[in-house]
Amino acid sequence: MADLQLQDIIKPENQVYGKSKILTDNAMHYCYGCSHGVVHKLIAEVIEEMGIQDKTVGVSPVGCSVFMYDYLNVDFMEAAHGKAPAVATGYKRTNPDKYVFTYQGDGDLAAIGTGETLHTVNRGENIVMIFINNAIYGMTGGQMAPTTMLGQVTATTPYGRDVDLNGYPLKITELLAQLPGAAYVTRQSVHTPANVRKCKKAIRKAFENSAKNIGTSFVEVVSTCNSGWKITPVEANKWMEENMFPFYPLGDLKDSEHDDLEQYKVQKLKK
Amino acid sequence: MGDLRLMKGNEVIAEAAIRCGCDGYFGYPITPQSEIMETLMARRPWEETGMVVLQAESEAASINMIYGAASSGKKVMTSSSSPGISLMSEGLSYLAGAELPCLIVNVQRGGPGLGTIQPSQSDYFQATKGGGHGDFHLIVLAPASVQEMNDFVDLAFQLSFKYLNPAMILADGVIGQTMEKVELSEFKPRWTEQEIQELSGSWAANGKKANRNSHIITSLELVSEKQEKHNIKLQAKYKKMQEEDVRYELINCDDAEYIIVAFGLSARISQKAVDILREKGIKVGLLRPITLYPFPTKIISQLADKGVKGFLSVEMNAGQMVEDVRLAVNGKTKVEYFGHMGGIIANPNEVAEVVQSKLIGE
Repeated sequence: MADLQLQDIIKPENQVYGKSKILTDNAMHYCYGCSHGVVHKLIAEVIEEMGIQDKTVGVSPVGCSVFMYDYLNVDFMEAAHGKAPAVATGYKRTNPDKYVFTYQGDGDLAAIGTGETLHTVNRGENIVMIFINNAIYGMTGGQMAPTTMLGQVTATTPYGRDVDLNGYPLKITELLAQLPGAAYVTRQSVHTPANVRKCKKAIRKAFENSAKNIGTSFVEVVSTCNSGWKITPVEANKWMEENMFPFYPLGDLKDSEHDDLEQYKVQKLKK
Repeated sequence: MGDLRLMKGNEVIAEAAIRCGCDGYFGYPITPQSEIMETLMARRPWEETGMVVLQAESEAASINMIYGAASSGKKVMTSSSSPGISLMSEGLSYLAGAELPCLIVNVQRGGPGLGTIQPSQSDYFQATKGGGHGDFHLIVLAPASVQEMNDFVDLAFQLSFKYLNPAMILADGVIGQTMEKVELSEFKPRWTEQEIQELSGSWAANGKKANRNSHIITSLELVSEKQEKHNIKLQAKYKKMQEEDVRYELINCDDAEYIIVAFGLSARISQKAVDILREKGIKVGLLRPITLYPFPTKIISQLADKGVKGFLSVEMNAGQMVEDVRLAVNGKTKVEYFGHMGGIIANPNEVAEVVQSKLIGE
């Protein structure tokens, strides 16, 4: 055994885990502790496992994940701020055989793009929407997001988010789950190995749904932004569990697989 | 003769879109152009040619739907009127930056603000100078008849795909609402996937194949040197448009001592003014720009060199195109402006009088 070299061990048959072929070799620009990298990896694995690289087109937003197209080896469209669901709608309507997914942060999806988000889900566009909710604007330097918690200090709420001044944090996922066009609405996280596995299952289901033409599949990932929150990655996970999960509880909000979607349906006018 | 009909300009845009093999229309209602989407919805082209029609939740959404659909190399369009085009201006900038071909129809109404629903040409600056942030231009076609509403749909798509640049049909409320005789184009089938691959396969985001890198549709470039390189490429494209695709019509210009420059509805009115003046023995001609961008600078400059004594720019605005006419004439001779605002349509006698008072000095 003393003669065993490293190259003898690194063989395909010995490998139990590896980087998805859908991920490029580009070093990600995300901060240490950021959730983006993990969610990117999960999307890449789902695309690879489903064998749909040549049928998948992503829409990257304005925000930290604007360069997502540098990390996933699929065709991409970079959308204007908040407009990813509209871009995805136009693409999917004219290319119904493709898998189309959007990837947006809280500012993009739930502030500037609220209108597009709501109407895209309400029309039941057969796309996948991934929503990264880290309760802050990461790229612009940590300003208040629509999902920022009450009392949370950000660059634009230096004394903490105040209801009188800033209104309430927006539970957009709960709102979207009420819409008849939504087929699958779930809230996940990626802060523990068990949660990473659950989140991957959710993303996989969302992609599978889009081939079934049953409506929009929406996956929120409650995420950390330790740089924006100005704490360490470990503290960020704890802060998220203690402060965000009670307000943004994890789990499925709606699933066409076991929920009666009829209750959401709207009656047609009688002739 | 082909398929002759009596139709509204707006209805013709819809019919021409179906007939030229358009893949998708995304729009939002606004007066005076709502008949475009209404006609499409009534025609149900998705059953006939497979063309998609979708009413969006806003103009901001519809222009971004165009961005998405155009990213796949499909032939797609939207339409609106002035305030709606303002809402699309972010999207126009992104489309130009990402070099996506598409068609935008602006059936203009008077502004600023909510303004009036009456016809206007006051979006000339917005249409020809870019209409959004950053250095860019749209290809801008100005129809002066319902027939040209038909003809320019296909032409706009051709130019748009030639240059990989958004193209705009800049009409006005009168051209949109007027019923005229029109000969509709022959039906052309929508492009097949293979045709799209041949035409746009080098850039379109239509699914990463094993034999190529991923295709990214974006206007983002953080490295200044690379962004400047991209800008230089865009500027070269605009220069090429100026060299190859300027379109205009000359009426009675051969012996003209005075020339009216007017586009769209103003050109129709000015043509009548030319007739009135010619009857009086005054040698007046009409230059009608068909492409407002690229602008017919060269021919105006040549006419000024030939000894034309004065130009009158007739527009339904406060005098916008007159600036481009002055740039073309470059001080060689007199350039005047005449126009109404707020949806008022000039009458030919008025234009004829202004030619006499401002250019000839009678």
